[in-house]
Amino acid sequence: MIRARGLTRTFKRGKDVVEAVKGIDVDVAEGELVAFLGPNGAGKSTTLRMLTSLLSPTAGSAQVAGYDVVAHPAQVRARLGFIGQGNGGGFSYKVRDELHNQGRFYGLAPDVYKRRAADLVDALELTGLEKRSVQSLSGGQRRRLDVALGLMNHPPLLFLDEPTTGLDPHSRANLWEHIAAMRERYGMTVVLTTHYLDEADSMAERVVVIDHGEIIADAAPDVLKREYADDVLTLDVAGDEATVRGALPPDLGEVAVTPRDGGLRVRVATARGADRLPGAIEALRLAGATTTSASVKQASLDDVFLNLTGRSLREEAAA
Amino acid sequence: MSERTETTTLPDARGGEHEAPRIVTRTGAGKFLTDTRAVFTREILLTVRDPFTLIFSLLQPLIFLGLFGPLLTGTFGGGFGGAGAGLSTGETLQWFVPGVIVMISLFGTSMTGSNLLYEVMTGSYERVLATPLDRSAILVGRALKEFAPLLVQGLIIAAVCVPFGFRFHVLPAVVGLVLLGIFGIGVGALSHALALAAKNREWLFWGVQQSLLFPLLILSGMMLPLEAGPGWMQAAARFNPLTYMVDAERVLFAGRFDDTAVLWGVVAAVATCAVGLVVGIRRTHRTV
Repeated sequence: MIRARGLTRTFKRGKDVVEAVKGIDVDVAEGELVAFLGPNGAGKSTTLRMLTSLLSPTAGSAQVAGYDVVAHPAQVRARLGFIGQGNGGGFSYKVRDELHNQGRFYGLAPDVYKRRAADLVDALELTGLEKRSVQSLSGGQRRRLDVALGLMNHPPLLFLDEPTTGLDPHSRANLWEHIAAMRERYGMTVVLTTHYLDEADSMAERVVVIDHGEIIADAAPDVLKREYADDVLTLDVAGDEATVRGALPPDLGEVAVTPRDGGLRVRVATARGADRLPGAIEALRLAGATTTSASVKQASLDDVFLNLTGRSLREEAAA
Repeated sequence: MSERTETTTLPDARGGEHEAPRIVTRTGAGKFLTDTRAVFTREILLTVRDPFTLIFSLLQPLIFLGLFGPLLTGTFGGGFGGAGAGLSTGETLQWFVPGVIVMISLFGTSMTGSNLLYEVMTGSYERVLATPLDRSAILVGRALKEFAPLLVQGLIIAAVCVPFGFRFHVLPAVVGLVLLGIFGIGVGALSHALALAAKNREWLFWGVQQSLLFPLLILSGMMLPLEAGPGWMQAAARFNPLTYMVDAERVLFAGRFDDTAVLWGVVAAVATCAVGLVVGIRRTHRTV
């Protein structure tokens, strides 16, 4: 569905030349749900805008939905839906009018776009709001209208740029349910950008981590976490440090022991933590050390980002 | 013009097949016209849905006429000098009405970008750009929306002036309006480009628009005859495309085609339109 090679974009900022995207290669197969994850300014949106033909690349090429984005931008646009960071619906317009306008923009016949608008109003819980002005809608309703606008042409490929930014947690979850439902219904390929780690983790089947205009990792969230970050086992143990260190299997991982409440607190960084925990407790028991409490902290995508870049995405997003 | 409709069938995960997507990919002049119509339809919707704006935009030219007309008649009738000295009310209107019509069209089309400013800020302009709409159709459709009310306004003005001795010649007037439409598309496209350049700085758009609009208006002899002005003003007017528009409209509204002023008007209109579209489309590509 997407095949990009050496995609590059530079911007001039006064006398400086900023390389926003530095020659990235990326392929997206039909039916995939891919999230571009990275801090603000990493080049996610710039990449998305090049793939949607809104921005021409400085170098490199991209084939999207079977067409070259530079040579045939209108053909590319006819085949995709794009939901930008802002609100697509004109604030002074009525909901239904904007859906019909969007249908005309894609050159659809009136009977086709009217039926499609009615279907989408129904599917995205916009019923009863058709005659309301976009301005009068809540943030969540406006975003659902944006999704409806992006789907008016029944695109085989849908792009979403920071779809849930600025929404409250409830509206975020609600929007995700709708995106997932629409994807299942129409069998679309979905490409989105986000700086929400939990969103990329729970929703995407594949995460492309972008930093400073480069792809630094690209895999399923579970694979990324297994490969680039460790789970952390925390055990409270009654026993002495030498026994504990001697008992734990050498291949388990790095062990840190600190005294706590008369016993010891043992932390082990390891892959597949949940699988290794029972064995570790058993080994300690056989050596005569009793485990009084145990927990596994699973690796997060933030740990992945931290290990890859030395920076925390969570902290950058909050800053 | 070629048209191709592509149909792909996608399986519905919930069993069965949903309505197959239809990707319409027209090309050439046909696409330009349907796209322009689609953009125009969206833009004009706001005017049609808001009767107050409509009423005021129709009243505005009448107010101009009501306030300026008597002053001009008084000036000319009082022998203030210049070309129009000693004219009757009818003759004054014949001179003044084409000027008012050019002025309304300039006011309207030069504000094309103002709606855009807001849409750029909220994000709906980006959504429009992400559709397969022809880029020049976006410019032309938006400019025509500002121009369309002029057709109605022009008719009202003419109708109101006829009892006072204004003579309305249908065919030349229609040609005059078409010419203004071409000119207006150029002005609208330039205003569009200005809005994109101004981005979030609304004051910049209005500052530039206003400081260009009034010198252009005055230096075209639209409201007051330039014959009474100093030599440098008359020289400056020669470089103002609006001067040629006003001159051409006066000849056309007088019911004549046989004047080189009409030809110069056509040149000015086409040149403004071409420059406007080139600048506008370039700016559109640079912005996105």
